[in-house]
Amino acid sequence: MRQHWWKIITAILLFYTLFAGLLDVVPPRHILNETIRNLYFHVPMWFTMFVLFAASVVYAVWYLRSSNIMHDIISASFAYTGIFFSVLGMLTGMEWAQYTWGAAWSNDPKQLGTALCMLTYFAYWVLRGGMKDEDKRAKISAVYNIFVFALIIPLIGIMPRMVDSLHPGNGGNPAFSNYDLDHNMRLVFYPAVIGWIGLGFWLSTLLIRVKKLNHAAEEIEL
Amino acid sequence: MKAFQYFLSTIIFLLLSSFGASAQDMATEMRSNGKIYVVVFVLATIFAGIFAFLIYLERKIKKLETKK
Repeated sequence: MRQHWWKIITAILLFYTLFAGLLDVVPPRHILNETIRNLYFHVPMWFTMFVLFAASVVYAVWYLRSSNIMHDIISASFAYTGIFFSVLGMLTGMEWAQYTWGAAWSNDPKQLGTALCMLTYFAYWVLRGGMKDEDKRAKISAVYNIFVFALIIPLIGIMPRMVDSLHPGNGGNPAFSNYDLDHNMRLVFYPAVIGWIGLGFWLSTLLIRVKKLNHAAEEIEL
Repeated sequence: MKAFQYFLSTIIFLLLSSFGASAQDMATEMRSNGKIYVVVFVLATIFAGIFAFLIYLERKIKKLETKK
């Protein structure tokens, strides 16, 4: 029996994010002005990407243990949807930066770190595309998945925080402390993150179901 | 892309040049003349469209799955 309740909650949270995100009061900030509202849209793209990549690596490990091709299908679907969200995150970040940092690309450490991560996951996509044999593709890409997921930690989580960066929360201080996010914004930001992650899972499950159908159709042909 | 950038810069310019705004040039003019609601309406339409499409996909896939 398929579950739909969490999709309804996702939709409600995202509509709430839209309404409250645009209409609620936000603290006035020099240069950012109203664009601080992008916090509810740009930042959750990355949170969602991370959660989806985490789900992907969990299923990758599971596939390596079980050799059940379904786990590989699920792992790949989460990874592809994660890539989609990373592209959205990068594009929205560059759009935001164009008008607040003065340039779409500033060689900011976090921009560079995330771009590198995205490249590694694009390579995962290419790797899978290049192999026709199902099991070989699954095994090799699962192992690769583990490595690139591990790379996220230093590239996005550690390196940008250690150096001076245009992104808030770097240069030694983690973001989302009391100084970075005021109470009113938290009331919208946290539901937004949950809503966008929910959407990420929804898109992933649709992709999984389509891939499973394709796989079943191929099995019948064989 | 260029059209979108032009559009966005127009919006930002209007936002930033509003008079009698608070210390940091917030978009109080758009809020006071009600136009922010247009933005909300537009985005709500887009969201509704996206969710409608998702539900359509759900139904289509379910049909394919049960047909098997």
